[in-house]
Amino acid sequence: MPEVKMRTISYSTAINEALHEEMERDEKVFLMGEDVALSAISPATAGLGDRFGHERVRNTPISELGFTGAAVGAAMAGYRPVLDMRRIDFMMLAIDPIANQAAKLRYMLGGQVSVPLVIRAPEGGYSQNGPTHSQCLEAWFIQVPGLRVIVPSDPADVKGLLKSAIREDNPVLFVEYRSLYSLEGPVPEGDHTEPIGKAAVKKEGADITLIGIGSQARSCLEAAELLAGEGVDAEVVDPRTINPLDVEGLAASVRKTGKCVVAEEGHKSGGVGAEIAASVQEAAFGSLKAPIVRVAALDVPVPVHTKLEAIVLPSTEKIVAAAKKLLA
Amino acid sequence: MSEEKASLSDERMQAMYRDMLRIRRFEETAFELFENGEVVGGIHVSIGQEACSVGACSTLREDDAILTTHRGHGHSIAKGTRLPEMMAELLGKATGLCHAKGGSMHIADVSKGHYGAHSIVGSNMPMAVGIGLAFHFEGKGQAAVVFFGDGAANEGSFHESVNLASIWKLPVIFFCENNHFASSTRVGYATSVADISARAGGYDIPGVTVDGMDVLAVHEVMVEAVDRARRGLGPSLIEAKTYRYFGHSRKDPQFGPYRTEDEWNEWKAKDPLLVAEEILGVSEAQKKAHLDAVEDELQDALAFARQSPEPEPDDVYEDLYA
Ligand SMILES: Cc1ncc(C[n+]2csc(CCOP(=O)(O)OP(=O)(O)O)c2C)c(N)n1
Ligand SMILES: [Mg+2]
Repeated sequence: MPEVKMRTISYSTAINEALHEEMERDEKVFLMGEDVALSAISPATAGLGDRFGHERVRNTPISELGFTGAAVGAAMAGYRPVLDMRRIDFMMLAIDPIANQAAKLRYMLGGQVSVPLVIRAPEGGYSQNGPTHSQCLEAWFIQVPGLRVIVPSDPADVKGLLKSAIREDNPVLFVEYRSLYSLEGPVPEGDHTEPIGKAAVKKEGADITLIGIGSQARSCLEAAELLAGEGVDAEVVDPRTINPLDVEGLAASVRKTGKCVVAEEGHKSGGVGAEIAASVQEAAFGSLKAPIVRVAALDVPVPVHTKLEAIVLPSTEKIVAAAKKLLA
Repeated sequence: MSEEKASLSDERMQAMYRDMLRIRRFEETAFELFENGEVVGGIHVSIGQEACSVGACSTLREDDAILTTHRGHGHSIAKGTRLPEMMAELLGKATGLCHAKGGSMHIADVSKGHYGAHSIVGSNMPMAVGIGLAFHFEGKGQAAVVFFGDGAANEGSFHESVNLASIWKLPVIFFCENNHFASSTRVGYATSVADISARAGGYDIPGVTVDGMDVLAVHEVMVEAVDRARRGLGPSLIEAKTYRYFGHSRKDPQFGPYRTEDEWNEWKAKDPLLVAEEILGVSEAQKKAHLDAVEDELQDALAFARQSPEPEPDDVYEDLYA
C-alpha cells in the first residue's frame, strides 16, 4: 500500500478543503448561506466565492426558512446543496424544511425522490455569546428518522466526514464545533474520506471508557491524559456519527473496561449521552461494573457571563471528576 | 420650519440632542471597554444611527413599548433604560439589567417599557405584535414600536408580523433601520425593493421612508404613526435610511471588504449629531454643557458597574422558571 502522507491543518481549514475538493469533483454541489461568498467572514468558506463564482457560492438574505426549503427543492431536483447555517441557533428558523420535509420526503413519497442535502451547523459555547448563540442541539435531530447526524471532533474526521456527507444521498445535519475551529491535527493528503456510521477509538485504554461527542471528544482526550498521570488507563471513543450510531463500536470498548462516562456539550436531559447510555447498556449490560455516567451541560440556558458559562458547560475537569468517582 | 418643529419646545429639542449625545458617548465608551477586554461577550454599536433611536423614542410615553435587536443600545437609552444597570450588564455584573445572563444583545428594562433586545434576527417582530395585541385589549392607547434592520426585513417573521398587525389593526410600529448592511451583505443585493417601506403596500398599511440621519424628520413621521396607533387605526411601517459607522461586530473591521472609505466619508458628512446641532439650534455653549452632563452621567454609570459584584455560582439556576 502506498504510504499516506500526513500534514497538520486546523479543523476550519479541513472543512474548507473538503468544500473546495467536493465542489471541484462534482458540479452539482453548490453552497448557500448568509455571508458565505465573502472570504473574510468565516475561515471555513474562505476563497470559495472567488474560486467557484457566485452562481455556485450563493450569498442569501437573512431568510433561513426560505433558503433551507429552497435547498430541499434543489436536492429533489438533482443538485447537492450544502448550507452554511453560521450557528445552529439560527437553524431553528428552518426546522420545518429539515424535520417535516427533507427527513420525510423520500419515505412519504414512496421512494420517488432523495434529498442529498448537507446542512453545516456550527455550534457551541465557551465564547460568552449567551443563551441564543451557544446551544448544542444535535440531540433534537436524532429524534428525526430520515436525517443523518454527524458530529466530527478533529480535523481529519471533519474533512473525511464532510466529503462523505456531500456524497451521501440522504439529508445530513453536519454539526461543527466552534470551539474546535482552530484545533490543529494531522490530516491525510489527497481525497480523504471517513465512513458514516463508524465510531473511532481515539486512544486505547483498559480501565474505563470515555465516550465524547464533538467538542467533548477533545475534552475526553485531555481527561485521559490527566487520568494517566494518576495511573488510570482510559480509552477514548468518539461515535463520530450519532445517526447512525455505531452501538457495537461503543459497546466493544465498554465490554473491555466495564466502566463508562459519556460526555457531550448539549444539555443532559434527553441528550445524546442519554441515548448512548441506553443503547450501550442494552448491548453490554453484563459487562458493566457500574452505571454509565453522563457529563453534559446543566439543564439551564448558557449564560453570557464567563464564570457562569463555565459552571453550566462540561469540561475536562468535570470528566476527570466523573471518571474518578466511577473508579473509586 | 416644519410644523412639528414649531410644536417642540426648546427644552424638548435640547433634551433630544442630549439623548443623542448620551447614545454616542455610551457607545464610544462601550467600544473602548470592549477593546480593553472589560465587556463580557460581544457588542454591536449603533454609532451613526442615533437620530433613529431618539427621533422615534422622543414620541413615546413611558407606558409605550419598544423591542429592539442585537444593535439596541441606542433604542434602550432613548426609551429611558437605566444607564448604570445597563453598563453593569455589559461588564457582566450581578446588578446588570439581565443579571449577567443576557449581555449586550439582550438589554431590557421592562419597568421603562423596554421589552428587550433580541439577538435572533427577526424574532422581535412577532412579539411586538403580541404586545400590540395586549395593548389593544387594554384599550389605553399604548403603542408598541419594534426596531429591526434592513436584513431582518427579509425574514419570514417580518412579513407574517406585518400582515397580522394589519388584519387586526394593532398599535404596532415597524421601524426599520436601514443602515445599508446586514453583516457583510449590502441591502441592495439582498432586498427585492429599493425602499423597504414599499413592502407596506403588500399589507395595506402606511409605509414611509425617512432620512434616518435627521432626528426631526424621524420624529415627525413617528408622531403620525403613533397617533394612528393610539387611535386604533392600525400599524405603520417606517424605514429610516441611515448608516452603520462601525464594523458589524467584534471581528468585523470598520471598512471590511464590502464598503469603501469614500462611501463612509459621504455618510459621515451627514452625521446625525451635526445635523441635530443645526436643526435643533444647539449653541456651542449648550453643546459643552450637554457634553459635561453626559460625561458625568457616564462616569457615574461606569463607577457603579465597576464597583458592582460579580454573579454568584448559584445564580445559574436563578430565574429559569417563574
Ligand atoms: C435568525 C438569525 N440569522 C442570522 C443571525 C446572525 N446575524 C446577526 S446580526 C445579522 C445581520 C443583521 O442585519 P440587520 O438586520 O440589517 O441589522 P444590523 O446588524 O444592520 O443592525 C446576522 C446575519 C442571527 N442572529 N439570527
Ligand atoms: Mg442593517
